[in-house]
Amino acid sequence: MIDRTELWFIIIGLGIGSFALRFAFLGLVGDKPLPAWLQRHLRYTAVAVLPALIAPLIVFPAANDGEPEPIRLLTAAVTLGVAYFTRNALAAMVAGGAVLFGGIYWFG
Amino acid sequence: MSGSDLKSSYWQGVRDGAPFLLVIVPFAMLFGVLASEAGLNAIEALGFSVAVIAGAAQFTALQLLQDNAPIFVILASALAVNLRMAMYSASLVPHLGHLPLWKRGLAAYFLVDQTYALSVVKFETAREMTDRQKFAYFVGTLTPICPLWYVFTLVGALLGSSISVEGGLDFAMPIAFIALIGPGLRTAAHVGAAFSASLAALLLAFLPWNLGLFLAALIGMAVGAEIERRREAAA
Repeated sequence: MIDRTELWFIIIGLGIGSFALRFAFLGLVGDKPLPAWLQRHLRYTAVAVLPALIAPLIVFPAANDGEPEPIRLLTAAVTLGVAYFTRNALAAMVAGGAVLFGGIYWFG
Repeated sequence: MSGSDLKSSYWQGVRDGAPFLLVIVPFAMLFGVLASEAGLNAIEALGFSVAVIAGAAQFTALQLLQDNAPIFVILASALAVNLRMAMYSASLVPHLGHLPLWKRGLAAYFLVDQTYALSVVKFETAREMTDRQKFAYFVGTLTPICPLWYVFTLVGALLGSSISVEGGLDFAMPIAFIALIGPGLRTAAHVGAAFSASLAALLLAFLPWNLGLFLAALIGMAVGAEIERRREAAA
């Protein structure tokens, strides 16, 4: 069970932190540009953090006691393929959901 | 400047933002449903969406909450996902930086992937726009997007408790994230960053307190930045 005080601490902390990141330059720093090397690293935060977060969930799913499982691996591959080639996040989610639930229905 | 100029900028923003409803509505609902499955009530789920108003960071925090990660790991990981917002903020300074503080504060709060992407493209191309028109356009883009992010988080959270937990829902978050990342893999540097971060996360998964996530993210960022630097040097 999630502790309520801790949960609200996280919600409010994340709210303040996210606003601070968004306000950093618009509000305070003014016209000073970020150094080029920092901008270069910041450009890749999202495409680095998000895959790092989900890669273990895909390869070692808790629903299969942490063992690799073919339906989930196939689902991940199809979702990535559709997302990459169509550039359409919604189409990728629908395709991935269809593979996952179809796979669980027929083979699960 | 006339009021009708501002009005037309505003409505242009609304029209440009409207197609994003197709993405925002299902994503907000998914967050609400998963928050409810994780044991959050509707007010807590809505609290997340109002305070943080950033899908990927909210999903990250929710996942780590379920893993019982320490508070500082949850805060640091979710804020790392939002680091790109600082870059958005910096790149809008030339356009919105001269507005009164309350307008800049409002724009900062509503600075999300979609409002940023629309606005920065518009401001770079329509150079004749005044700062006030730019702000009106920005407010236009957020009008169809942000309120519905709140509303459908709530809808998802309320529905969530009535949806029975079937097999496969554990995998909704990975699917949503892959779908988000895929279109962003525009260059070799993006692909390299994503691939090296994934590989490092798998190899470092044994580390405590999700430290593997941090190290893997740093490795991915460094790889992406280095590929970009070399390609620029070669070009």
